[in-house]
Amino acid sequence: MALKRITNELADLGRDPTFSCTAGPVGDNMFQWQATIMGPSDSPYSDGVFFLNIAFPNDYPFKPPRISFSTPVFHPNINADGGICLDILRESWSPVLTVSKLLLSISSMLTDPNPDDPLMPDIAYMYHTDRAKYDAIAREWTRKYAN
Amino acid sequence: MDSEDDFMSAVSSEDDILPDDSDNDDMSGAEDFDFDDEPDPDLGMEKSISHKRVAYDISFKVYQPGDIQKQQDDLINEVNMILDISKEEAAILLRYFRWNKERLIEDYMDRSRQVLEAAGLAQTTVGPPKLEVIPGFVCDICCEEGDGLQSFSIKCGHRYCVDCYRHYLSQKIKEEGEAARIQCPSDGCNLIIDARSLDLLVTPTLRDRYHQLLNRTYVEDKETLKWCPAPDCQNAIECGVKKKDLDKVVPTVSCLCSHRFCFGCILNDHQPAPCDLVKRWLKKCADDSETANWISANTKECPKCNSTIEKNGGCNHMTCRKCKHEFCWMCMGLWSEHGTSWYSCNRFEERSGTEARDAQAKSRVSLERYLHYYNRYANHDQSARLDRDIYHKTERKMVQLQKESGMSWIEVQYLNSASQALQTCRQTLMWTYAFAFYLARNNQTEIFEDNQKDLEMAVEALSEMFEKPVTDLADPQLKVEIMDKTTYCNKRRIILLDDTAQNLADGRWTFNVELSGVLGGNNGGPSNKR
Repeated sequence: MALKRITNELADLGRDPTFSCTAGPVGDNMFQWQATIMGPSDSPYSDGVFFLNIAFPNDYPFKPPRISFSTPVFHPNINADGGICLDILRESWSPVLTVSKLLLSISSMLTDPNPDDPLMPDIAYMYHTDRAKYDAIAREWTRKYAN
Repeated sequence: MDSEDDFMSAVSSEDDILPDDSDNDDMSGAEDFDFDDEPDPDLGMEKSISHKRVAYDISFKVYQPGDIQKQQDDLINEVNMILDISKEEAAILLRYFRWNKERLIEDYMDRSRQVLEAAGLAQTTVGPPKLEVIPGFVCDICCEEGDGLQSFSIKCGHRYCVDCYRHYLSQKIKEEGEAARIQCPSDGCNLIIDARSLDLLVTPTLRDRYHQLLNRTYVEDKETLKWCPAPDCQNAIECGVKKKDLDKVVPTVSCLCSHRFCFGCILNDHQPAPCDLVKRWLKKCADDSETANWISANTKECPKCNSTIEKNGGCNHMTCRKCKHEFCWMCMGLWSEHGTSWYSCNRFEERSGTEARDAQAKSRVSLERYLHYYNRYANHDQSARLDRDIYHKTERKMVQLQKESGMSWIEVQYLNSASQALQTCRQTLMWTYAFAFYLARNNQTEIFEDNQKDLEMAVEALSEMFEKPVTDLADPQLKVEIMDKTTYCNKRRIILLDDTAQNLADGRWTFNVELSGVLGGNNGGPSNKR
């Protein structure tokens, strides 16, 4: 079941070339994907290209895929290992959600961080108190790692 | 099957409430046999006799799985009739309102729309849930399509194929342990899947698990209900004792499975000590605070290399084993500077040394006090554990006794009663020491200690008799003695617990710590309560 669904999602992604994200399998393994997200233009991540790893569990889509950034991102909800704190990747996962919807959510999370539920408290604090500094560092990281 | 075993052990464990029962063994023998088939009258009788109303008695009720189900069904039926909604919807609403029927009805009357929405129910009414085959349907989860594909949806209309629905439900129930709030698989749809739809979709084992989980939420939702913590016991206990009353009562309840526990903190029976003291005591025993105390009371550190040194004799001229540093034990100064003029050490001590010495003495006294109580507590704890072994040995002994003396099974039951009495009394004694540790001295304390001493002596005497070789046990004289002692132990225990509980309820104890989690505390007596 999982394979058919994943194949279907891949076909759907190919059908929509205007999409700001790309995703596809690494090699022959359909359960291991790589994805990219273009930094949203209205955020300090603009012009950056961010790589993510996606691993589908065997009982996908009843369990969410495991997604993490492989490009370093300076963000309150993304930790040093690229782990992402997002509700729909955990308790709010629904089997109807798809990789493209997830990537879209992650992309909008880049624009609008959720500093009240932070994975990185220090960055969240900076986001609250010194937005200019936060923007500068995020832009610097984007230039350094995501170009 | 199970419940019958439970009943039997429950009856025997009730002996501690009813010490008089075992007195005339010959007569009760015939009656005792009955409880195999008919446990209830026996239990009821014991209850009514024990209701001479001792102060530590609290009222509680044991519910078996069937009773728990029935309570829920009754509430559901009531709401179903009053509000004219389906039973499944009534159940979902009740769970949302944590089984507070009155509030549910009131709120529903006021604003049914919002209530339904918040609880995860649809406004519309449609027929009973059914599987459908819809031409041209494609499942959004597995992307399957096909003419014969059966699909299902709840009232929201988010339709998925039966396989996916099943898979989704089994994931929720089996892996996430979810039952009361399983929502529609669709993203962002809050509608709750009702029991009837679920029953239509899943396998019988999964259905059982689902209803088990639902029952669990029922007990967990209600403040007056708690599960019996004994392994494999499925009963729940209802008790009206509130959290804020826990400085006034020690709500020990006893399940039909014979497990006795505190309704306040779910730990094993810890009468007479209140929950808060128990928590402190266990923490104190578990952590290293007393080790630290011992070190500070008995050791000093070498001023040069900081090795911990215990002085176990000899003069004040110390030579550190590790660094060979020589110093004075009194003032910790260099010994070489003492030289012949070691009187300076004396003077130093007079000034600031006395303070240090006082602190050390204090810490030593406090340690001794703790150890006094701890050793006795631990001793009874261990003996209680040994008693459990003895209990198993008792059975073997009884069989042996039957063979050797020709006594019938019923005639050797006195050993069982004695063993039970030993266990409960030891448990009580154990906690009296934790209790006493926190007690400030006054007249009440002396009465308490007298009671404690009486019980302890009785228990030790019984314990000694109990462990005699089987050949001695066959002696009718000893049998009478054991029976008498058993009765006496149980009586002493009741007296002690009654007295302690009465004083606790009246706020007459003075503790050397503040009972926490309670407004006002207990130190000032009853006047500052409420």
